[in-house]
Amino acid sequence: MPRLSVWMVRTSLLYLGTGFTIGALMLANKGVPFAPRLWSLLPVHAEMLLIGWTVQLAMGVAFWILPRFRGERPREGLAWAAFALLNTGIWAVAAGRLAGLSAGVIAGRVAELAAVGAFAAHAWPRIKPPGVD
Amino acid sequence: MPFLTRLFLRTSLVYFILALVAGVLAAIGPVEVLGGRIPAMRPVYFHLLMVGWVTQLIIGVALWMFPKFSREKPRGSDALTWATYGLINAGLILRVIGEPMQAADGAPVWGWLLVASAVLQLLGGWAFVANVWGRVKER
Repeated sequence: MPRLSVWMVRTSLLYLGTGFTIGALMLANKGVPFAPRLWSLLPVHAEMLLIGWTVQLAMGVAFWILPRFRGERPREGLAWAAFALLNTGIWAVAAGRLAGLSAGVIAGRVAELAAVGAFAAHAWPRIKPPGVD
Repeated sequence: MPFLTRLFLRTSLVYFILALVAGVLAAIGPVEVLGGRIPAMRPVYFHLLMVGWVTQLIIGVALWMFPKFSREKPRGSDALTWATYGLINAGLILRVIGEPMQAADGAPVWGWLLVASAVLQLLGGWAFVANVWGRVKER
């Protein structure tokens, strides 16, 4: 597994654990209320599990297993940029939601969009028929 | 495909169908079951889909495809994998029962069922992370 995939997959695993922890706190609080403000973490829970876990894991695995060109993954810098932008976006969205700052949420979504664009630009040529180098 | 992967994938397919059933019920609205009104199908639908289907599908494929942990234990700890399977599914089933029932009659037992569900799923999620972490490595 290449280094970037290790970073993406391990980061996604941390989001899985953190997202499950937040979800468990909210669910327990729903069953037996002990901290009503926990409910405000719902957008953070969703952001971490949908983008941080699921999307990032898919990107990490795709970077690993998509076909290569003579053993190389071209334009690898774009994929690293995607990793940085995606995680910056996740934290900006989460912080924006918690603070009630729509500017933070918008900035985070823009960073996530840029991440997906960079990753698509990296992955596009690797989606190719066998034998094309 | 190893047995535990098949188990996760087939279980995830069952949840996929159940999730869509819950989605239909959520779309219809509060449902008459067991002589009472059973609301709160929307969170059940969403978690059947995302935990029951998507997450368990990913876990099953990861156990199968990720780099080997070691020659002796290629898939890490089978005990942790079984714990992941048991904890996540027990927790999810308790949620599927407890959440609509709590919304229907609010008896404390349903609330405590949700607490148990939360603890089980939390442990199951971290058990998977702990087990697969060492397999996410450079060649």
